[in-house]
Amino acid sequence: MSTTTEYSAATRTGRISNFVDTRMGVSPMVKEFGRKIFPDHWSFMFGEVALYSFVILLLSGTFLTFFFDPSMAHTTYEGSYKPLYGLEMSVAYASSLDISFDIRGGLFMRQVHHWAALLFVAAMSVHMLRVFFTGAFRRPRELNWVVGCLLLLAGLAAGFTGYSLPDDVLSGNGLRIIDGILKAIPVVGSYISMFLFGGEFPGYAVIGRLYVLHILIVPAAILLLIVVHLFMVVVHKHTQYPGPGRTNDNVVGYPVGPVYAAKAGGFFFIVFGVISLLAGFFTINAIWNYGPYDPSPVQAGTQPDWYIGWFDGALRLMPGVLGDFSFKWDIPFPWGVNSIPLGVLLPMIPVGILMVGMIVWPWIERWVTRDDREHHLLDRPRNAPFRTAAGVAGIIFYCVMWAAASSDLIATHFHMSLNDVLYILRFLYFAGPIIGFIVTRRICLALQRKDREIALHGREAGVIEMTPAGEFRERHEHLSDYELYRLVGFENRRPVPAQPGKDGKVSGLEKQRAKLNKWFYEERVEPVTRDELTAARAHGHHDAVEADHGAHGIDR
Amino acid sequence: MKALAQNRRHPFAGVVLLVLGLLLTGGMYALASTMNQAQAATSGTSYSAQDISEGEKLFNANCATCHGFDAVGTEDGPTLVGVGAASVDFQVGTGRMPMQMQGPQAQKKPAQFNDEQTAQLSAYVASLGAGPAVPEDEYLDTDHEDVNIARGGELFRVNCAMCHNAAAAGGALTRGKFAPGLADVSEKHIYEAMATGPQNMPVFSDANLTPEDKRDVIAFLKTIEANPSPGGAALGSLGPVSEGLFIWTAGLGILIGFMVWLTSRSS
Amino acid sequence: MGEQGYGGPGHHSDAVEHAGVEDSGTYAIDNPGLPPHRPRLADEDPRAAKKAERQVAFLFLLSILGTILFFVGYFVIGQVGPDTAAETLRLQNMLLGLGTAFAMLGIGVGIVHWAKTLMPDHEMVEQRHEVRTEADRADAQGIIEDILEESQIKRRPLLRNTLIGAVALAPLPAIAIFRDLDDTDNRSDLAAENFGVERFRHTMWDEGVRLVRDPSGTPIKASDVTIGSAFHVIPEGLNELQYGKLNEKAKAVVLLMRLDPDKLEVSEGREDWNVDGIVAYSKICTHVGCPVALYEQHTHHLLCPCHQSTFDVTREAKVVFGPASHALPQLPITVNEEGFLVARSDFQEPVGPVYWERG
Repeated sequence: MSTTTEYSAATRTGRISNFVDTRMGVSPMVKEFGRKIFPDHWSFMFGEVALYSFVILLLSGTFLTFFFDPSMAHTTYEGSYKPLYGLEMSVAYASSLDISFDIRGGLFMRQVHHWAALLFVAAMSVHMLRVFFTGAFRRPRELNWVVGCLLLLAGLAAGFTGYSLPDDVLSGNGLRIIDGILKAIPVVGSYISMFLFGGEFPGYAVIGRLYVLHILIVPAAILLLIVVHLFMVVVHKHTQYPGPGRTNDNVVGYPVGPVYAAKAGGFFFIVFGVISLLAGFFTINAIWNYGPYDPSPVQAGTQPDWYIGWFDGALRLMPGVLGDFSFKWDIPFPWGVNSIPLGVLLPMIPVGILMVGMIVWPWIERWVTRDDREHHLLDRPRNAPFRTAAGVAGIIFYCVMWAAASSDLIATHFHMSLNDVLYILRFLYFAGPIIGFIVTRRICLALQRKDREIALHGREAGVIEMTPAGEFRERHEHLSDYELYRLVGFENRRPVPAQPGKDGKVSGLEKQRAKLNKWFYEERVEPVTRDELTAARAHGHHDAVEADHGAHGIDR
Repeated sequence: MKALAQNRRHPFAGVVLLVLGLLLTGGMYALASTMNQAQAATSGTSYSAQDISEGEKLFNANCATCHGFDAVGTEDGPTLVGVGAASVDFQVGTGRMPMQMQGPQAQKKPAQFNDEQTAQLSAYVASLGAGPAVPEDEYLDTDHEDVNIARGGELFRVNCAMCHNAAAAGGALTRGKFAPGLADVSEKHIYEAMATGPQNMPVFSDANLTPEDKRDVIAFLKTIEANPSPGGAALGSLGPVSEGLFIWTAGLGILIGFMVWLTSRSS
Repeated sequence: MGEQGYGGPGHHSDAVEHAGVEDSGTYAIDNPGLPPHRPRLADEDPRAAKKAERQVAFLFLLSILGTILFFVGYFVIGQVGPDTAAETLRLQNMLLGLGTAFAMLGIGVGIVHWAKTLMPDHEMVEQRHEVRTEADRADAQGIIEDILEESQIKRRPLLRNTLIGAVALAPLPAIAIFRDLDDTDNRSDLAAENFGVERFRHTMWDEGVRLVRDPSGTPIKASDVTIGSAFHVIPEGLNELQYGKLNEKAKAVVLLMRLDPDKLEVSEGREDWNVDGIVAYSKICTHVGCPVALYEQHTHHLLCPCHQSTFDVTREAKVVFGPASHALPQLPITVNEEGFLVARSDFQEPVGPVYWERG
């Protein structure tokens, strides 16, 4: 349009980018992203592992869709795997076997897909734990935490819908358990089950329906959530650990171009390589062992994939009868008796609480602590003892349920009675989180005290010296300012007492908040103050001068 | 070999090595015991009076404490009248009897009697009352022309897999009892276990599973035992639990190693 | 070794007790700023840089070898089929895995090594900004208020309320249209006598239906069932069903066991449900529906391998452990003239997990 002379590039790269830019207007993006800073820490990479696993899932999954047929029609297997030759089975199972035995590389792709799925959810989980324990969910990142939680749930949905597709005995019994859980829902449960299965279990419809969810709806949802998640990461910029040169107002790290892009890009290939290694050397989901789905057989060690395990474990932990009391609740209504299986529904309540608690935690913590400032510097877990302890309690609660899902294998492998394993786990279900909370809080406080010690008196040098008076003592080495700042540069959080509301009165809710807040913070180790440091230095300096050990400490 | 060297320092290498070692010893043991039993079976199908009287001596010396004289049973052990030669051959041949101590169930251990003594004991107990006999070689021949592996697999899944696991890796029962893995059990002992229902295992008499059915089941078991998992190491064939454990330890472990390397400064 | 010591006796350096007061927000020392950059070997020594370059190139070459290895696995081992031994398939899978792993790790490790050793490793600082400034927020709020004002939605509640009603109702068809996800009630080719949840109450068992072995379908004589035996049983005719075979099987599977009749505790009304100690119980767990197939012949316990519900057969399959909350339904059986086991009737209660309408 313009008649003024256009910008003309001098280099070849410049000409190409000019061509693209004049058509798509991407220079602002390059300006924004080309040198964007990302902090570097190994614990920041779990999210990337999850992202890359998802990409690998899309790639391998696309391959698998070309060969998989989700039909539940009966067929007779005439493929290559002899121990199943001539058996009646569904087309879905037969095509899964064909992928494994008759399509070159099919078995490899199946195993890549399944290992990547396990890794996808595992990496998301660890990533979430990292975010939780470092307090990265605090303002302004609360909504991104929620998106992350939704991603985890979507990951579970993707895994579950995929697990059932091969229509083998193992996954079929998994579906049957789902059918039983759906039927347990009061009033509408039977209908939900019949709508899912297109009538009675197992019917002819469910694999096709799960397939559509698995390859279309759920991945689309995950993709959308990932886009939102990453967009928010860009808007917020990444958090960073506290340290010299790092403040709440800056980001210290490497620019996207070239270092971070190279590392992150290279890491994709590393994740792919590791998954390939697993898929090449370790069998996963040996569907040929399980046989075609049939409602009659079942196998010892019927378990879901690991991420569904805790649901299964919750079901196992619940006793169905206590003495003569049955958890099957029959309610006499004027029109007849209706039943609610509390043995199935009750264990789902703590599971639900844990999930909802996870999602709303940022708001809980914000309300209790009255801390509504922006946080871009992470907490070291020890410096937030209550949160760390609460997180560990949650992990233990989860892990008890998780372990319960493999109660039979624990029993056989550790030569215990299956019943005893469950009794112990039932005890730990209640006591484990409490013990975990107390112990973790103590450990955090102890670590904080240790930090204080080191900050004030330096690090034990491992050298024992004798004073002229005959006293033995260990020489301490002073820290450099950079090291020292890591130990003292954290906020001192104190209880916020109940505040009067607008009407000048302290509301009951506010009193509760203050109580919780006290519980959060009452036990704490104060960070080293300037005065303490000066006092400790005075001793140290005195020592150093007297002993002429100035070389050990940096002279300040 | 390259693969082996690659994984030498793998966090799971120790476990894999251990499993491999166990499989190897198990396999060799199975081979050795199969050879022994093949010899025993040829000599031991019909018992002489000599066998019976020798068996009685052995029985009174080793078994009567619990099972009583004339095998009528005591508080510590059931009567053995009518259990048949197959039962004795299984229990003694797999080392389950004599029991080391009372417990939830008799455990497999090295056999305490040699093949001849086992045959003599079997002869004696068989003489006390009719019961399942030691199987004919014909029904242990997994290469027999009538063998149908797929049918054996189907029967195995309906009748056996719920306790012994779909890949015969074993599983838990109530109160400390368990169904053992079947990987290194001889054809004869599998057959005898089905026919006599040792410990808490139900009996699969010839009226339930015919000798031909049993042979199909055995052939299926021997087929999956002989063929390695096409996907690579089977991780104990325990299904999703070992897979989940593996991704959390080895999978994430390797990746964390890479992550630490990736974010550390170069020297 | 510093014998002169650290001060005199009693001169200890423990100052923790006198924890001082300080203003929150200020730390004991000020932020010292980024540590000075420490040059790497490759920054100072061109030979080290050259070495790193060679290492990266070697890794890329390794990746190329990996790709070749993949093709060796794919083409040299070739097409798999009925004659492929398990070992060959395993080898192919390993080669594909190893090849891909080398191809990928070669590239990945190479690039990262390149970034770590040769690309600049100076940490850079970028300032953060507020997500949005106050001024922006105020502007946006003003715009939204203008829009609402111009739309007049606040001034005309009739419009607002009818719109809310319409919007609330409009999605309902989108839910209702999924009604036929379960269309079995509309299909004439299926058993028409039982609709909806009524179907859960009925199985193929009926008076005179023979008990046959699963999967062969052969009938069972009472004399076949010796003490200690366990038979997995389906109703006769199930294997011949053209449609809905698995649906029927999912409800009808039964476990048949024989116990010493003296050990059975038989409740009133069930006296003629067993045949000389031969009892038949539904195999579908009353917890969430797994097949309860593990029978222990001495303890007479039935164990579900999915969630460890344990039922005592001597006490009419009452729950003794685990999450199930009611007994397994018993199938009343008898013997016909030919000596075959047959059902006396259908189950007297619904099999499987509890559902709302069960009662």
